[in-house]
Amino acid sequence: MSEAQDYKYIGKRSIRPDGYDKVTGRANYGADLALPGMVWGKVLRSPHAHAKILSIDISRAEAHPDVLAVATHADIPDSEGSVEAGESTVNLKDLSRNLLADDKVLYHGHAIAAIAARSERAAEEALALIDVQYEKLPVVMNLDDAMKDDAPLLHKDLFTDGYDEKPEKPSNIAKRMELKMGDVEAGFAEADVIIEREFQTPTAHQGYIEPHACTVRYDEDGQSMIWTCTQGHFDVRMTTALVLQMDLSKLKVVASEIGGGFGGKTVLYLEPVALILSRKAGRPVKMVMNRDEVFMATGPTCASKLRAKIGAKKDGTITAMKGWMAYEAGGFPGSPMMPGVMTMFTPYDCPNMQVEGLDVVVNKCKTAAYRAPGAPQAEFAAEMVINELAEELGMDPIDLRLKNAAKEGTQTIYGPKLKRVGLVECLEAAKNSPQYQSALSENQGRGLAAGFWFNIGGSSSVTVNMHPDGTGSIIEGSPDIGGSRASMQMMAAEVLGISLDRLKPIIADTDSLPYSGSTGGSRTTFATGMAVIEAAEQVVSQVKERAAAVWNVTAEQVEYADGVVSNLGGDEKMTLAEVCKAAEQTGGQISGASNINARGAGPSFAVHLCDVEVDPDTGKVDVKRYTAIQDAGKAIHPSYVEGQYQGGAVQGIGWALNEEYVYSKEGLLENPGFLDYRIPLASDLPMIETVVVEVPNSFHPYGVRGVGESGIIPPLGAVGYAVGNAIGKKVTELPCSPPRVLALIQGDA
Amino acid sequence: MAIVFFSSELQPLTGEEQTRVQSAIYRDIIAELTEKYEKLDASRLMKMAIAIDGEIIHTPLLESVGENSEMHFLYRISGG
Repeated sequence: MSEAQDYKYIGKRSIRPDGYDKVTGRANYGADLALPGMVWGKVLRSPHAHAKILSIDISRAEAHPDVLAVATHADIPDSEGSVEAGESTVNLKDLSRNLLADDKVLYHGHAIAAIAARSERAAEEALALIDVQYEKLPVVMNLDDAMKDDAPLLHKDLFTDGYDEKPEKPSNIAKRMELKMGDVEAGFAEADVIIEREFQTPTAHQGYIEPHACTVRYDEDGQSMIWTCTQGHFDVRMTTALVLQMDLSKLKVVASEIGGGFGGKTVLYLEPVALILSRKAGRPVKMVMNRDEVFMATGPTCASKLRAKIGAKKDGTITAMKGWMAYEAGGFPGSPMMPGVMTMFTPYDCPNMQVEGLDVVVNKCKTAAYRAPGAPQAEFAAEMVINELAEELGMDPIDLRLKNAAKEGTQTIYGPKLKRVGLVECLEAAKNSPQYQSALSENQGRGLAAGFWFNIGGSSSVTVNMHPDGTGSIIEGSPDIGGSRASMQMMAAEVLGISLDRLKPIIADTDSLPYSGSTGGSRTTFATGMAVIEAAEQVVSQVKERAAAVWNVTAEQVEYADGVVSNLGGDEKMTLAEVCKAAEQTGGQISGASNINARGAGPSFAVHLCDVEVDPDTGKVDVKRYTAIQDAGKAIHPSYVEGQYQGGAVQGIGWALNEEYVYSKEGLLENPGFLDYRIPLASDLPMIETVVVEVPNSFHPYGVRGVGESGIIPPLGAVGYAVGNAIGKKVTELPCSPPRVLALIQGDA
Repeated sequence: MAIVFFSSELQPLTGEEQTRVQSAIYRDIIAELTEKYEKLDASRLMKMAIAIDGEIIHTPLLESVGENSEMHFLYRISGG
């Protein structure tokens, strides 16, 4: 366990192994691979938000002299049902209809056909030669409209799942889920104060800087290669093979460097389409989305509507919590409503809870995961009401939370009791922070919010290969998005007792390792780290056995420490390098391999503080000071952990203050670019202060908890409440953009 | 005998909040539960994660449970 232990490498701020390549421009991203004979693929996208496709005529495009192939939905094999792809369930029919539309387009930008041509320009020109005849249909652009009894239906075969009896007629509500424990009505009857509010949050994109891109090659013998920027190349292989009905062994996927994902690069948009084009064209095909396409046709997180009702006694004891939420899924079912239901009130130890959620289809692009999917929206509603409750009770908001904080043994609404967690420690750190003890000035306000996310484990495969000079390679299957190569290097170095520069972390392709789950859910440092530790421990065991054989003693009589093996019964010593050099003579090369399905992921709680200043004349909000506090279990590389806290906070601040998809009445996306979809710039924000709390996760050898998810949850509530606090009004809708805040100030909202 | 708790989502299918099971291996527990509760579908349960004494396990086919273990079925979480 990490407590009271001194580590040589873990917990230090080492130089990142990918740093040189990135600052010199040598690093190869999704769009950086060029192959001999390669041609360009482009996608024709729907100009309508909802329409029947009456016909697609590709003959003129096919006749273009530079066009080598055209693909439509007809090129994708028929598929039905859901299939386990890695650790998630993929609805193959929906996926194939999202890759290239079948008989309907369901959102502005929905892919309809794709072209491979000798140049990028020729491919773009030829898109205009595809003749699509549409019959426009009424659009459904928000939850209220989608849930009306007489709403236009996106899918005539969609019946709400989650009721005891199957509904008699189809609906845009794909799923209903309800969790409850205790007796909420009895709990509210005990309460002295009850507050109930309704909230809305917008569709928001992850805003990764690198667009989706891939280069693929389909060879004559059926062997194929995909080079792509992805969070999970093994899942790209699995899902592509399922959609195109290929053998896994005929598909090699290589993960490029990745310029951000945050959940958005766990979904296929281009790869199977590029492979179809490559097969038809007989050439390698490169496809790179432009920024418009990224916003229009990839998966942002959902807009939501939420209600939170919380009751408490005068002393601050929370007696009942009730929530309701509806999440937009986009054109196909599958919003993150279920984790929203599970997380909404989890920071609190209250015996009476009830939460209902609805997953609703609308004419927008299909939503995808975004850091702690579903939790920021749900916990935003809960935290806003908790803050108001503290105000109503005349209590300090941290004291109110401390009085009711989830801790070891707290019964969750989703099932198990919590193991040891660090929420109380985070709240205490917030209370002691310089920011919380500082005073506010005129037009300034302060907000505070907590956040919870489960974190996950899952499959990770790792090989540690030792070389004859005592250096080694760590071969892993988890794409490095947030610095995991550094973490793997540090954990292996800690076990092997050799310096970091003697270990090289490498992300292997899908032919070179067994399946590894995607980098997501804050699993990599936890789960892949456990595999690295296990593989490195195997190396240590082998080194001891080899030395024991040389010294003619048993392995138990040999000790390994700091890269040196010693005979406990004599004076003999050998360095790791000496053992590796002699490996050929003692039984062959030395390596360790670990293929695990990691379990025991520890939840991470976060608490954020936000101070804002609002310009009363314009409604513009400036964040003046911000502190992100979170439980890391054990920070393997503190700088990367702080970076995760800061990144999550900044993305959440952007979501709370400015980011939103803006659609016309016809359902056309009006702001598909960074000029009009405004993510925060470095110049917009102060330095995000961080506090790394370390309450170890007992299931990890070093105590690690995932840290990439929880940090995006509290900003919505912290910023939202701070703005309301500054202007003396109740914020119920995000983002707090200048027009919306000004309307609140002027009493128009 | 381990105790299995059913979430409010599963309770309409079981008619009760909890039950005791004789089996000690997850695979056998599923068989025992689906035999006891007609409406409970094995394929649905196998798509869920399980928490055994608070430890969440996504793919528990061969997991064993202790004499006094507490088990909860829950939606399988992924992440971003």
